[in-house]
Amino acid sequence: MKCKGRSILKVLALVLMLLLVAKASMAKEPYKIGAIFSVTGPASFLGEPEKNTVIMLADQINKAGGINGHPVEVIVEDDKSDEGLAVLAAKKLLDKDKVIAIIGPSITGSSMAIIPIVQAAKTPLISAAAGAGITNPVSERYWVFKTAQYDVSAVIAIYKYMQNKGIKKVGIITITNAFGDQGRKALLELAPKYGITVVADERYGPKDADMTTQLTKIKAAGAQAVINWSVGPTQVIVTKNWHDLKLGIPLYQSHGWGSKKNLELAGPAAEGVIAPLGRLVVWDKLPDKHPQKAILKKYDTDYKARYKTEPGTFGGHAYDAFMLVVDALKHVGPDKQKIRDYIENNIKNWPGISGIYNMSKEDHCGMDDTAFEMTIVKQGKWEILK
Amino acid sequence: MFSMLIQFVLSGITVGAVYALVGLGFNIIYNATSIINLAQGEFVVMGGLVMWFFSQWLQIPFFLSVILTILVVGLVGFIMERFTINPLKNADLLLMIMITVAVSIVLRGILMFKFGKDPYSYPPFTTGEPITIFGAVIQQQVLWVLGITLACIGLIFLFFNKTMLGKAMSACAVNPTAAKLVGINVSRMIMLSFILSAILGAIGGIAITPISLMEYDKGPALAVKGFCAAIMGGLGNSMGAVVGGFIIGVLESLTAGYIHSGFKDAIALIIMLAILFFKPAGIFGSKASLSVRKF
Repeated sequence: MKCKGRSILKVLALVLMLLLVAKASMAKEPYKIGAIFSVTGPASFLGEPEKNTVIMLADQINKAGGINGHPVEVIVEDDKSDEGLAVLAAKKLLDKDKVIAIIGPSITGSSMAIIPIVQAAKTPLISAAAGAGITNPVSERYWVFKTAQYDVSAVIAIYKYMQNKGIKKVGIITITNAFGDQGRKALLELAPKYGITVVADERYGPKDADMTTQLTKIKAAGAQAVINWSVGPTQVIVTKNWHDLKLGIPLYQSHGWGSKKNLELAGPAAEGVIAPLGRLVVWDKLPDKHPQKAILKKYDTDYKARYKTEPGTFGGHAYDAFMLVVDALKHVGPDKQKIRDYIENNIKNWPGISGIYNMSKEDHCGMDDTAFEMTIVKQGKWEILK
Repeated sequence: MFSMLIQFVLSGITVGAVYALVGLGFNIIYNATSIINLAQGEFVVMGGLVMWFFSQWLQIPFFLSVILTILVVGLVGFIMERFTINPLKNADLLLMIMITVAVSIVLRGILMFKFGKDPYSYPPFTTGEPITIFGAVIQQQVLWVLGITLACIGLIFLFFNKTMLGKAMSACAVNPTAAKLVGINVSRMIMLSFILSAILGAIGGIAITPISLMEYDKGPALAVKGFCAAIMGGLGNSMGAVVGGFIIGVLESLTAGYIHSGFKDAIALIIMLAILFFKPAGIFGSKASLSVRKF
């Protein structure tokens, strides 16, 4: 009996010691990463999944023992879709929280607003917004990277596909907000390069209820295809109108089309709609050896399990931004200069959610039109076009 | 060429029907109180979203869903009046209108929390292929919207001209003191006007959601165009709101079709201003009605 009691004591002591050691290793200084997202306000459809994503990732990493034993701490600030508040948030993260790097903001305006601050503070910024000006010119964006594909890349993907199909005349229909303006500019500028003529250039407002007039005009102008550039409910209305009119020419949507909600709302009208989409919505259709497949599958299933909703493309931008910083921390530790250099020089063929990244001194986004797959809607599901 | 013109007009009618139905809602409260209820757009949005909730989420049969939606939105109109307008009694009209703006912001916030930021929709009342007229197409739902709009005008006309309650309600707007002296319960009439107006908004929302989809922040956009329709036709005049709505819708569509879609909102509004410049009381408004207008 006595002997047994002693051995129990020994075991207990051992367990206690192990626990202490484990605790000591977890007690290493946490790595602080700042995040600025538009969790509320007009751009909240971007900020909400982005915030959810980084919180989920930080939890997963900490449960798995942190980064080289250091727990990671994400401090999420809400800029309420406002540039001024983004500036305040950036200052707070840098001065008070002393973060190693900042991810976000969600929108181009906020990203542009805080670039001078992070440049002065010599802190890496990995924006989740799409604007080309965020990382160009690279010479003036030493500390800045971004993880959302360029709008231009989506246009190139569409035009290349059209070139193969022999489409030479297109009609474009774009929404009158920043997204539509950017898309329209790229569509008009790039068309000649691919031997395409824009025969009709139509617009509509973000709250418009009917676009049959514009579509009728496009058809009458002799277009062989319609390209719609918008996000939100209007892309569904355009799809329904296109279907009702039986235009007889294909409808192309922008990369904003990749939300399951759109397919639900448009129903049978969405059949045959073509769009360049990030691979997140079609990961199950990718060949098993595709480098992004495993990450996409894990992200999609984890996110759905935790938040009971689709992750969407925008959460993916935050995923990539966060994981770039984590990857750098893992290899070079909490040194701002080294993190920046690592991201610029060592991120090659790096599979993320939005695409496969190849960062370089000339390109701080690292993705081109190959980040998109051309997709078509068949029986209410996206299929990859070859 | 001809089928294109027809298509533009039909497209304009589609949009105009939405404006008209929203515009109608402004008139009832205005007729009873001279208040312009800027939360009218939110009643419409609520109609669409609550209808979605009952018919799609809870899978309640169509007619029951419509009735439940009308009850819920009517109740919101009642609460709005009792808690924000009624306690103020004889406050300045402008102040009351400011309050309706505040209510619209609160309602929008509540809708955002309950329904999120996604757009919603449900199947049209009758499914099937759109109708073709001279090579131009129109959705079946638009015909429903047109029918409902006409039915609403008829009912409103009968109510204000043939029933005691309706006449009492218009008396309150013209002269509340005199109305009180002849024994009309002014406070109750105002309450009733808010409920009716909310119900009309709800009916509008229910009818237009299959066409335009509905999301929590559509209210202001709907209210602005609906309000334009109402003042263009002559504030307080139901037929006027409907005609105003169709004029704006068709003008927008023709502008988009024959000039450029980028100008459509601007040109429609310029023409509206021009009409008001020559006929300040609106198309159907008389000079006399203008002189009793409080603004």
